[in-house]
Order: sequence, then C-alpha cells, then structure tokens
Amino acid sequence: MKKPVLLFLLAVTSTAWSAAPRDLAEAYAAEASRQAPGFKASPQRGAEFYAKRFAVSDKMPACSACHTDSPARPGQHAVTGKAIKPLAPRAEAARFSDPAKVEKWFRRNCTEVLGRECSAAEKADFVSFVAEGL
Amino acid sequence: MKNTLLIACAGLALSLPARADSLPLPADAPPSFKAECGGCHLPFPPALLTAPDWKRVMARLDRHYGDNASLDETTRREIEGFLVRHAATRSRLSGAGDPPRLTRTEWFLREHRKVPDGIWRDARVKSASNCAACHTRAEAGSFREREIVLPGAGKRERD
Repeated sequence: MKKPVLLFLLAVTSTAWSAAPRDLAEAYAAEASRQAPGFKASPQRGAEFYAKRFAVSDKMPACSACHTDSPARPGQHAVTGKAIKPLAPRAEAARFSDPAKVEKWFRRNCTEVLGRECSAAEKADFVSFVAEGL
Repeated sequence: MKNTLLIACAGLALSLPARADSLPLPADAPPSFKAECGGCHLPFPPALLTAPDWKRVMARLDRHYGDNASLDETTRREIEGFLVRHAATRSRLSGAGDPPRLTRTEWFLREHRKVPDGIWRDARVKSASNCAACHTRAEAGSFREREIVLPGAGKRERD
C-alpha cells in the first residue's frame, strides 16, 4: 500500500472513526489515481471483478464461491461451511466500516482467489460496486 | 463401610453428565481469538484439543488445512497462549492426528456416532468442523442435545 493511503487508514483507525464505505472507496481511488492519473472507481468494473472466475484456487475460484452471486445475500465459507453475513452494507450495516478489517480480508481473499494481492484500483472498483451497487 | 463409599462414588460418577454440552468461551480469551480464528470457522472451544496439538496447529498457520492463515507473531503467541491455557488434558481428547483435527478425537467420534452419514455430506454442513450447522447455539458455547437441529431432518430425537 502506498504511504498516503496507509496514513489515512491509520488516522481513521486510531481515532476509532467508522469510515463510511464511500470514504474507503475514495481513499482507494485516490491511491489508484496516483498510479494511473484520472482513475475513477467504476461499480461496473467492480461487478465484473466480483463475477470473474479466476480459477486459481480449486475450492475458491471466484468471490461467489463464498459470497454467492450477489453481495447482498448471505454466503457460506466454501471449506468450513461457516455462515457468512452479506458483504453489502445495505444488507449488513457494519460492512466496510473498519478499514483495517477491510485491508486484512482483501489481503487474505485476494491471495487465495487471485493468487496475488489486489491493486488499489481493483479495491476501489470492488468497494464501489459492493457498497453502492450498479 | 469401604464398600458403601465405593458404591456411592461409583454412583456419583455415573450421575455426572457424560457430555460436555456447555463449552463457554473462557473469560480471558483475547479479542484476536474471535476475530482471527472466528473469521473462517467457529472459534473452537480450546478444551477440545490437547496443548501439544494446539501448538502444532499454531506452528503451521501458513498451511492451515489448505488455507494461509498466517498471523503476526504477537497475535499468534497471544492466541496460542490462550489455547494452551485451556487445552484438554484427558486422553480421550488426544489422538487428533496430524494435522490435528478436533473432529478425530475419540471423544468427538463417540459423541457423534449416531449422526447419519448423509448429514456429514449435506451442503449445509460441508465440514465436520461446522459445529453451528447442527448445534444451533454453538456460537454461544452451548451444545445441549435439545438444541441440535440436523439440517433437513428436524430436531434430534433423544436417546
């Protein structure tokens, strides 16, 4: 992660302020625009990313393996069977309110599903799709 | 006299519950236990594996049953310490295999011997470690028989 976003996230977590998903998407978009000037988060690209079969992992080939085809629906862990609450804040208010938690799960799930960490641009698109819909 | 005492003791032993149906989360559980372990599965009661088995689990988090569940060293130690403090000491809870699985101990197998095969394969269960699929109050540490609902089969009949 680039420094300014890290500082932003740290500032947010240290004051225990709950970042709205929109703020989070904007922070990721700001980081992405430093790498690609003019970058704008796209819910449409986020939706395509969410639906894409990366097929890196047998048990978790795509986001939908655990989170179903819609982020607004409850999911189930593909290996352990544990119930997973919906990802979309409109269905589960606490989602995307804790930047450190969001970063942790992007790191873990991107590594598992894509075989690498996600870029700031991918995260910006993803959050804007999941939080705001199409 | 001796005999009477012996019989009284035996009677008491028999009257003790054979099931560990209440396994509340120990009060000294660090928040990281629920946050990290509970992220992907029920944060298992530490009393269901022995200390050497918990240490084995915590020593290989990068290869955690097919997943990379690595933690920073401070958190890893904190969780391991908690698990070891409350680990099982009885032999019925050893023999969990390698990697250790709490679903393979003599105790677990005996407790679940009457569960029909089809239940284990049910999509809603998926894994023997998915306690909450049947134990409706597992999240609260309660595993009472009357709280069991087998997916698709309704309430579990009492023995």
